[in-house]
Amino acid sequence: MSNELIRLTNLVMEFDSDRILDSINLYIKDKEFLTLLGPSGCGKTTTLRVIGGFLTPTSGDVLFDGKRINDVPAYQRKINTVFQRYALFPHLDVYDNIAFGLRIAKLPEKEIDERVTEMLEIVSLKGFENRKITSLSGGQQQRVAIARALVNRPKVLLLDEPLGALDLRLRKDMQNELKRIQQAMGITFVYVTHDQEEALTMSDTIVVMDKGKIQQIGKPEDIYNEPKNAFVADFIGESNILDGTMLEDYSVKFFGRVFKCVDKGFAKNEPVDVVIRPEDIDIVKPEEGHLCGTVTSVTFKGVHYDTIVDFKGFKWLIQTTDFCPEGSYIGIRLNPEDIHIMHKSEYSGMFGDYSSYSAEYDEIADAEVSEDEE
Amino acid sequence: MRNFTRIITILVFIFLYIPMIILGIASFSTGKDIAVFESFTFHQYRELFRDDGLVSLLTNSLIIAVISTLSATVLGTVASLGIHKSRGRLRKAIMTMTNIPMTNPEIVTGVSLALLFAFVGIILRINAVLGFWTLLIAHITFNLPYVILNVMPKLAQMDPDLTEAALDLGCTPVQAFFKVVLHEIMPGIISGALMAFTMSLDDFVISYFVTGSGFVTLPVEIYSYTKKPIHPKVYALFTLIFLVMLILMVTMNLLQARDNTRRRKLMLRRAGR
Repeated sequence: MSNELIRLTNLVMEFDSDRILDSINLYIKDKEFLTLLGPSGCGKTTTLRVIGGFLTPTSGDVLFDGKRINDVPAYQRKINTVFQRYALFPHLDVYDNIAFGLRIAKLPEKEIDERVTEMLEIVSLKGFENRKITSLSGGQQQRVAIARALVNRPKVLLLDEPLGALDLRLRKDMQNELKRIQQAMGITFVYVTHDQEEALTMSDTIVVMDKGKIQQIGKPEDIYNEPKNAFVADFIGESNILDGTMLEDYSVKFFGRVFKCVDKGFAKNEPVDVVIRPEDIDIVKPEEGHLCGTVTSVTFKGVHYDTIVDFKGFKWLIQTTDFCPEGSYIGIRLNPEDIHIMHKSEYSGMFGDYSSYSAEYDEIADAEVSEDEE
Repeated sequence: MRNFTRIITILVFIFLYIPMIILGIASFSTGKDIAVFESFTFHQYRELFRDDGLVSLLTNSLIIAVISTLSATVLGTVASLGIHKSRGRLRKAIMTMTNIPMTNPEIVTGVSLALLFAFVGIILRINAVLGFWTLLIAHITFNLPYVILNVMPKLAQMDPDLTEAALDLGCTPVQAFFKVVLHEIMPGIISGALMAFTMSLDDFVISYFVTGSGFVTLPVEIYSYTKKPIHPKVYALFTLIFLVMLILMVTMNLLQARDNTRRRKLMLRRAGR
């Protein structure tokens, strides 16, 4: 788990003087499940294509097992890819699609047969050997694409939004399936997605990207609990982001009140972004609250209610199982560990205000992304 | 209105096909007069294949058509790959140039090719340069655009990830072409080749200018028939050529239809439902 397999150093990619990747520095460990996460156009697919050998970086190096592979063509790299739209060969049946890479490598037919059969079992497609690609459902095509890549026993498998075209239910199943396959075969996965939930569920390491730059690298828990800037805080889950001032270690002031927190190491009186996750907020009676505000809208979300509360003109999103009717006056309490402090960044003030909250925020955000991707 | 357009369509078909049908019927008639059908016979067909002159002309035409089609198909497919990879102004310029031989009046193409061959002939000091080779070069020239125009859309329709998938699985670029891309664009190559073949087989105008007395194709020879009475065995020949063309065209359309259904199916399935 600790061996470094791939390293990208100062990777820059430019198309017609548009900077798509801006000095990417990243290392990927052996047998790791690493996810490149970001909105469309953030450079995640470009990074993947550079690793796969389909793009040559404008500058910077790609190292594989310590060797520079910038100029090694895709077909000589021990890396295989699962493409976004599968890219299965329509003129071949399921068996021949999976056997393709092994036949190119000129393996004996007997070994090919063993490995293809084994692979069909792993992706639960036994009995589909002679089916035409055109007769398969999206989920089945997906499995063939994964089998076709994995049968070559690559060191690294690159997956470019492989579940993007599947419906929600199938996507959840495939997420588990992929994680299982990755652990069973002990292969490094580099996974590209714009779905933060998918990234949190599956990854060992998440790389959050935006505008061609890496915003944060870390374990899913770290990315969620300690986002580095307003972009990460907003992109991974929901966040209330407020302006505050760090008075001293463990003490932050916002909304005219001093709160205890668990963060330190900031300059005295440094202006900061304060992140409060909607699910961490406790609703209490107004007289017991640190802050008091009026509920302006309530949306039932199944597990919880999305409650929008107006605190002195700044609207917060609170996710709570307690129903507070619209118009009620409530108080909230914040424990020190509920408050996360971030340095100011170029993203400050752009995210985390729910004044223009719409009950369909999830769906709208998803729809936008998927349209862009098409 | 609907009836009106239907009537027009039927009329158009009558005008287009009546001459062919009359010719076909006449080819089975014992009489010499095309206006009178006396009795049914295969005599004209037997006569036709006994006529060494006509058979060798037909062979000439087929040789030129086959070789020029094969050459144009290979060249055109390779050219399409190159054009497909190029972008922007260069691509536009090349496509325009490709289209010129198709839109250019045949007689202009014919005369200019003849002049070019004469010019080269003088430079290389070859007497009687016009013959088999000039005819072949001319046919390849006017066949090329048909192949390119049929292959290009197939390349554009092809999922660009397919080539990358092949490279990803260890194919060299050449292997990727033969093992994957070629299969994808095959319908375009076949319809391009069929179109080129039919164009080549029935070309008269260009062939007339670029061929010498040593190597004559059927259409060129038939042109001279207009000056003397036509023997009924020629009707039989025409009928055969017409049928061959008909079969080729129907095959082409069927192939295209099958390809379209397959493509649609794949798109639907890919949506995952």
